[in-house]
Amino acid sequence: MKHWSVYGSIGLAAVVFAALPLVTDSNTVLNAMVTAMIIALAAQGWNVLGGYGGQLSFGHAAFFGTGAYADAILQASCGVNAYAALAIATAAGGLVGLAIGFLSFRAGLRGSYFTLVTLAFAEVFRIVANAAPVTGAASGTLIKLDVRAVNFQFASRAIYFWIILALVAATMLLMRGIEQRRFGAWLIAVRENEDAAKALGVDTLRVKLQAITLSAAMTALAGGFYAQYYLFVDSTIAYGSWISVEALLATIIGGIGTVFGPVFGALALYFLGEFAKYITGRAPGIDLAFYGTLLILVVAFARDGVQGLLSKAAGAVARAGKSA
Amino acid sequence: MTAAALLRVEAISKWFGGLLVVDGASLAVGPGRITGLIGPNGAGKTTLFNLVSGFFAPDSGTIVFDGRDITALPPHRRAALGIARTFQIVQPFAGLSVRDNIAVGAYLRSPRRADALARAEAVADLTGLTGYLDAPAAGLTVSARKRLELARALATEPRLLLLDEVLAGLNPSEVRDILPVMRALPEQGIAILMVEHVMQAVMSLCDDVYVLAEGRLIAQGSPGDVTRDPLVVEAYLGHGAASRIAAGIFARD
Amino acid sequence: MFALPLLVASILNGLMTGAVYALIAVGLTLVYGVLHIINFAHGAILTAAMFAAFLAFRAGIDPYLAMVPLALLFFGLGYAMQRLVIGPASHGDDRNILLVTLGLAIVIENLLLAAFKSDTRTIEVPYGFATIDLGFTFVVVPLAIGFAVSCAAAALLWVLLARTDTGKAIRAVAKEKLGAALAGIDVAHIYAVTFGLGAACLAVAACLLLPTYYVNPRVGNAYVLVAFTIVVLGGMGSIAGAIAGGLFIGVVESLSGLFFGESLGQLGIFLIFILVLLVRPTGLFGARA
Repeated sequence: MKHWSVYGSIGLAAVVFAALPLVTDSNTVLNAMVTAMIIALAAQGWNVLGGYGGQLSFGHAAFFGTGAYADAILQASCGVNAYAALAIATAAGGLVGLAIGFLSFRAGLRGSYFTLVTLAFAEVFRIVANAAPVTGAASGTLIKLDVRAVNFQFASRAIYFWIILALVAATMLLMRGIEQRRFGAWLIAVRENEDAAKALGVDTLRVKLQAITLSAAMTALAGGFYAQYYLFVDSTIAYGSWISVEALLATIIGGIGTVFGPVFGALALYFLGEFAKYITGRAPGIDLAFYGTLLILVVAFARDGVQGLLSKAAGAVARAGKSA
Repeated sequence: MTAAALLRVEAISKWFGGLLVVDGASLAVGPGRITGLIGPNGAGKTTLFNLVSGFFAPDSGTIVFDGRDITALPPHRRAALGIARTFQIVQPFAGLSVRDNIAVGAYLRSPRRADALARAEAVADLTGLTGYLDAPAAGLTVSARKRLELARALATEPRLLLLDEVLAGLNPSEVRDILPVMRALPEQGIAILMVEHVMQAVMSLCDDVYVLAEGRLIAQGSPGDVTRDPLVVEAYLGHGAASRIAAGIFARD
Repeated sequence: MFALPLLVASILNGLMTGAVYALIAVGLTLVYGVLHIINFAHGAILTAAMFAAFLAFRAGIDPYLAMVPLALLFFGLGYAMQRLVIGPASHGDDRNILLVTLGLAIVIENLLLAAFKSDTRTIEVPYGFATIDLGFTFVVVPLAIGFAVSCAAAALLWVLLARTDTGKAIRAVAKEKLGAALAGIDVAHIYAVTFGLGAACLAVAACLLLPTYYVNPRVGNAYVLVAFTIVVLGGMGSIAGAIAGGLFIGVVESLSGLFFGESLGQLGIFLIFILVLLVRPTGLFGARA
């Protein structure tokens, strides 16, 4: 039987998805798909630190928001080109990740304590962004509407969709590459047993810092793209807990610690959310309540909860690794 | 002991709260030698291991490895220099296969995946784990897990291997099977410092033995000398036991 | 800079709101100390309790009268939550517990959102703005009652833990779960009782907060991070620490609000939180890790 390589699967999935705008020109559908892909990208970021690295962050909004605000402010206040702004925003997010990681991991924070501190950092960012003049305080920041390709603004949603799809596919290829390399093996080792990893020569602090920087950069890229798509950012959109929760949920529901997991999860979240809203009438928050229930069920019934999902992922990596 | 000892521990002490767990212990391991560290439970042997491998920082004393003072180095730097250790309570990377477990160690010297996997297979062959390579580490028997601990450490190409009760929990035939693996290591230039309670292994493997009791080194020498030393007997069996044994009080008629 | 009476009033206010914070934090630290879990659903349960008190008020029951029935109700709900959901779902793994309590928080908050919409509601009680004249300053009645009841609740909890069999069982399980189980204590039951006590504390706190504060589905979030700060500051698992920490944070918040203005008031708290986590996560009274 023919074995598809993982890289091949990613490419195939990307091509199939790319065909979507060719079969529909419904703005609702395209809009939903763009949003789902933004969540998928943010979740990909979360997955690097939380899935492969085993450090659960409840505050990834800190990175998403930094990317969103940086992208918006650079354009609105500094006149920087949109593409450059997005690149800088991604780097800025990565730096924030490095900083938070440096403070937290150097202090030896693990497990629940690390999770708590990420929550606190995200809240601090939100409060400051809501008050500081540079971010427009409570009014937020607007990117001027000027629909030209050079401004990264397009009349057709399809183009946005193709771009975000390409970004998501790129991160998937990257993660597959990491899985197959020393950094990935060491990151997983740190997740499984930090002391044993140290005894084998792994500089666990360095590995965790690299992971959180990459994780933050990816999520910041999602935030920057979000700003570019919606042209408006405020403190709740940027640093609100919604994105921390959705990035986490998407990854766990879709398959934590796997290449496809965050994307599956983001799509599943979208469809399940719509389904939930449909059958219960459009009451606000029903979809999130549904997600919460799903989270509990996944954790409860996946064999050994999160760990079981991780083991399955590792097993699949091992099997797929022999064919990639 | 030759002047060119690979590992020299000098007057190392460690306090935990008000308890002096290791009290001015000194020992040396020569290159390519197998050295045993024995003593009753609670003597501080694993603490000493943690000090040598860098997981604890000593309150006083120094550790010199291959002429270099490593007292302040963190564990991963010591591993890079060539000190590998196993853990008394085995700690496999539960979510990974045996091959991937060993590969984590192999990556230290072989950054490329192909090289690391090749080394992992070679080490598995050395430790008799070839049949288990694709098995998930979480499902292994105790004996296989112990071998995995050993294999992972060996994959880092150490010059000094710290084995913390690697034989604990193995039945006699499993012990018999693993001894040749350990005996073969000095031939590859690997010195061993092993904490052990299984005296059969200590007697048959070790060139030198140190005895630790209540944090202090109370005897040192060849396995035969040490096991006959009255101080050692007393440490294990209690005060006055040595003289009672000598007086034949426990002798059968 | 600021007149002394203003400062004194601010500190006094801080102590009184701090007492209610302390009560919220005590529930959290009790759960941590016994179950060793960080309950991310704590804020959502508080929000639910506040809505329950709100509904009781709508039905004509004064919040202070609703305290006891609601405490009992929420004890039962908390017991059920731990026994039926958290315990079984988490398989005892730390990471799973974080995620399950987060899931519960999301579910509770959003069900409240669906039921009550996101509007902010307040209640009007006749004594809402009544003050007591202490001579050198004034004290608002609901805050004073809040302080008194919180102290009483803390004392009650202390008696429960120190003098009753259940309390002893709780302390035993907190110290040494396996030993307690071997001694015949039903650990799952004790876990659930403790969780229920935590929820009961929240119900009482909700009734104390409602007269002076507002309620909307997001309000629990604001309190939960403050509660975490207090618990981490005072030491995870230390009730005395939670009480001391609560009073301290209440004063800090009051003074921050005075000096920095409302919008940045909470910032000081979170910065303290981060600082404590980075420098001394075991807190001022907690056991050394």
